[in-house]
Amino acid sequence: MSDHHNIRLPEGSIEKMTTTINLGPTHPATHGVFQNIMEMDGERIVKTEPTVGYIHRAFEKIAERRPYYQITPLTDRLNYCSAPINNMGWHLTFEKLLGVKTPKRVDYLRVIIMELARISDHLICNSIVGVDSGAFTGFLYVMQYRELIYEIYEEVCGSRLTTNIGRVGGFERNFNETAFRKIHKFLDEYPSVLKEFEKLFNRNRIFMDRTRGTGGISAERALNYGFTGPNLRATGVDYDVRVHTPYSSYEDFDFTIAVGTSGDNYDRFMVRNHEMWQSLSIIRQALQKVEAFKGAESEVFHADVPEYYLPEKQDVYNKMEALIWHFKIVMGETEIPKGEVYMSVEGGNGEVGYYLVSDGGRTPYRLHFRRPCFIYYQAYPEIVQGSMLSDAIITLSSLNLIAGEMDA
Amino acid sequence: MQLTNDIIRNRLTEKFGERISEWAEPDGILTFTAPREDNLKILGFLFDDDNLKFRFLTDLTGIHYPDRKDEELGVVYHMHNLVDNIRLRMKVFSPVAKPDIYTATGLFSSANWMERETYDFYGVNFVGHPNLKRILNVDEMDYFPLRKEFPLEDQSRVDKDDDMFGR
Repeated sequence: MSDHHNIRLPEGSIEKMTTTINLGPTHPATHGVFQNIMEMDGERIVKTEPTVGYIHRAFEKIAERRPYYQITPLTDRLNYCSAPINNMGWHLTFEKLLGVKTPKRVDYLRVIIMELARISDHLICNSIVGVDSGAFTGFLYVMQYRELIYEIYEEVCGSRLTTNIGRVGGFERNFNETAFRKIHKFLDEYPSVLKEFEKLFNRNRIFMDRTRGTGGISAERALNYGFTGPNLRATGVDYDVRVHTPYSSYEDFDFTIAVGTSGDNYDRFMVRNHEMWQSLSIIRQALQKVEAFKGAESEVFHADVPEYYLPEKQDVYNKMEALIWHFKIVMGETEIPKGEVYMSVEGGNGEVGYYLVSDGGRTPYRLHFRRPCFIYYQAYPEIVQGSMLSDAIITLSSLNLIAGEMDA
Repeated sequence: MQLTNDIIRNRLTEKFGERISEWAEPDGILTFTAPREDNLKILGFLFDDDNLKFRFLTDLTGIHYPDRKDEELGVVYHMHNLVDNIRLRMKVFSPVAKPDIYTATGLFSSANWMERETYDFYGVNFVGHPNLKRILNVDEMDYFPLRKEFPLEDQSRVDKDDDMFGR
């Protein structure tokens, strides 16, 4: 008698006509820590159950004991493909609570950084969709332009991925010559690259066959599921936070919102491509506006709010005023108003919202991040039901799911 | 006619009268508190009414006020009317001893995971939820970590051996 007689299979597992497979959590095709327990009938998905939370770091709890100016690094680690947008979103939230008004030049510089971040976010997402449908070339090719964007961040704030860029009221330092030179370089070189990238995919027979008609969702369902950003716009709803509730002087810019019709993978891809062109145009306009400032105005890089804006380190050592304010801010001696604020920005993959409740203390009483991909990922089982496993992989990357943002 | 906070407020007072309280506009968003047994009625009214059309649930989250007697746990709904582009904030409070609140999953599919998250961190029991279990934390966890009685570790503590971590 062998030991095999002792094996007890779960009830009904022999009679069952479907196969259960475990996709993830660390499968290379999922580009992040996602687990899906899938019930398969041959190659078709009957049912899937996503598990999330593998990289949950309790940011909302940590934020409750951090002074306001130390919360920016937490927001980096939400959507790490476009960290600067999250940083700016947090600064704008805190500024809204304090009632700080930023100068126009600061707004435009922020717009430049946010649009660069949007391009790098969409670039990753779209090229990964290419990789998942078998085209690696585009991904490798555009990486050097993401690198250029990261070099621009580096010039402005010193770091690349988790940027921690900016301060309450503005930036920690003015953009230097090199930063502007690199932005110009990016604006000069990137359009031809994007054109080539589009040539590689947009009318590519294989790519179209793989993406059209897969992973689609109707506008009605998408709204009910709380979709925002490019995924919502691909279904035909023209909701964009930059237009609906302009922040950081987005109302001064001229741009269009791309919408799709069927909300499938191809539409999402096209919407993102179009948004990259629009972002380029916004950066160009912003740069013109920044360069039009003359005299003292052309040196402004933060609002004049010494009670909240951390002064430059050199000034802290040499100037009495700066030393006092630095001490007060760091020791939590500044007046923080009581109140509650909801502020949202258009992130790389949707409406990134911050719900902040302050009780007047040096730390938030409650801070909640509205993370767009946490909300729209719950539609994934409905989207992929009945589709092929290989299409489900493309859908996963085309939805632009970022594990860091989902799990907060 | 442009929908304004005043119109919304009048419509709601007309329909629900004194049951809605604590009106405020802290950041330009109309905020009010609803009794917990009426939350679905109000959400449904906001959803169905031809003028109000609050058909997008932006955010749903919890909050804990240990000092509010018998209404310690709150659930905050952020609604958005995408046609008129106006937002709304509704709060519902429940006692921490029996935190039962009706689920909004019947109206909004997006409420599913957001309510699971709120349950996970605050222990709010969403009555009627199809799959109310933990989502971000491990299933074995037996407490609700975002409640205020769980402080984070004191950063100045000295009794811990941190030699290996360079602190």
